[in-house]
Amino acid sequence: MAIERLDDVRMDTVHLTTPVPARDLRRLKLGDVVYISGVLYTAREGVYRRVVDKGLPLPPGLADLSNVNFHCSPAASVRPDGSYAVEAVTATASFRFGRSMAAWFERSGAKVIVGKAGLTERAYREWFVPHGAVYLTTVGYGLGATYGRSIRRVLGVHWLAELGIAQALWVLEVDRIGPFLVEGDADGRSLFALANREINARLAEVYKSLPPPALGRFGEVIVRTDEVV
Amino acid sequence: MGRIPATLIEETARELMARAAIDIPPDYREGIVRARERETGRLSRFVLTEMLANWEIATADRRPMCADTGLPRYYVKLGNEAAVEGGLVALERALRRATAEATAAIPLRPNRVHPLTRADPNTNVGVHAPEIAYSVEPGADWIDVTTVHKGGLFGTDWRMLFPGDGVAGIKRFFVDTLVEGGKRGLACQPAIVGVGVGGAKDTCMRLGKEAACLRVVGSKNPDPAAAALEEELTALGNGIGIGAMGFAGTAMVVATHVELAHTHTGGMPVAIHQFCLSSRRATGRIHPDGRVEHRADPVWFTDYYRRSGIE
Repeated sequence: MAIERLDDVRMDTVHLTTPVPARDLRRLKLGDVVYISGVLYTAREGVYRRVVDKGLPLPPGLADLSNVNFHCSPAASVRPDGSYAVEAVTATASFRFGRSMAAWFERSGAKVIVGKAGLTERAYREWFVPHGAVYLTTVGYGLGATYGRSIRRVLGVHWLAELGIAQALWVLEVDRIGPFLVEGDADGRSLFALANREINARLAEVYKSLPPPALGRFGEVIVRTDEVV
Repeated sequence: MGRIPATLIEETARELMARAAIDIPPDYREGIVRARERETGRLSRFVLTEMLANWEIATADRRPMCADTGLPRYYVKLGNEAAVEGGLVALERALRRATAEATAAIPLRPNRVHPLTRADPNTNVGVHAPEIAYSVEPGADWIDVTTVHKGGLFGTDWRMLFPGDGVAGIKRFFVDTLVEGGKRGLACQPAIVGVGVGGAKDTCMRLGKEAACLRVVGSKNPDPAAAALEEELTALGNGIGIGAMGFAGTAMVVATHVELAHTHTGGMPVAIHQFCLSSRRATGRIHPDGRVEHRADPVWFTDYYRRSGIE
């Protein structure tokens, strides 16, 4: 059944293993509840600046290790003995990285982005679908402890000195990390787009008794159904 | 009278940093339990169920509830008769040390970077970081230290309104801010929403933030007009139709806290702040005899802090 409204979402539970094969990605439906086992790595603007903007090489072997990129900075530290403590992981808002994604998919071979708050359907169509990539959103937001508990070990960390703990590329072995929700499917459809349509339908009623302020703001978004992302 | 040792302040601040990062305050947790009971949206309800489970895991494992451990900062209430060994310079040094130590030990995410070079000292300490705000309390010989860990990218806004905009203007701006940050759940709602009204621009920003971060769910502003506005705004926010993560739902606001400041006769500046699903704060009262009492309520907004008279 085609998912046209939030009520159509079945929230089926799906377990994925990395590297996630294309056939598993095509089967994901909007709103499915996803858990991942295997290896994933963190990468956000610091990594994209190096790889996409400056053209520096990826850490060797990364593409073979995993095709899951978590838009995340961990709550982590380097212990005095040189080992790593990664206790909590949550995502950061992904819309900011949209422009880097197509080049990133080409360079990294990533097929799954795990992040916060998704991108627009247009971004999925232009940047994700041509590379066979899907988007999973974290839940909450802020299941830091829940996700952190699923980390089995830190396999490596790259560019720690150059980027710092928050922006470094952390390679994590995980066991059933989740729940995540399918936000952008293989066809480029978005769960948040469905939600926004339902919210927008009510907004005129909500604003009925709320007059606009005396002084507007320059460049103000005045179409209420528009988003700021 | 005994002076409070700076080492005790440092030790207490370290403990507060851990408690804030790991243990959700009970007043906020209860607010989410009630919001979940009322929530009709299936996806929004799922989100709140998972959040409640996450807080249990955080406390059981002693790991941070959210990996974005925000910008750790301090609010210090100084008893008028309190004294610190080494003075307030020693107190500030203790708080900076505790921040760096706790960042490595808990660990917190070292979020604080140079704003232009983006260089990260990995300590959450730097220029004007952590912020330390002070207030005073008459007739007291203790020091209250509160730490707040708040993320800060979405869900906050400021606007100059005018007397003619009135309460309807505040409501409109409130809804604007909630809708803007609520879609996709950028603001990590349902939140404690702090509303600062009046003062100068920076006053309303400060008060709105303190209202969100330093008042417990269930508290009311003693000014009847402000208290009435708090209730109206909460109902308004929960009637927008947005729930957790921006799915259709009813749970957008756990509580609204309004704080007021006398303002310019021609203006009505308003600031809105949303304290997220990881509303992290912890308070300890340090007595000169060395006792430390931990509590959930910062009690930042005292009668003296909100005083209006000349004396």
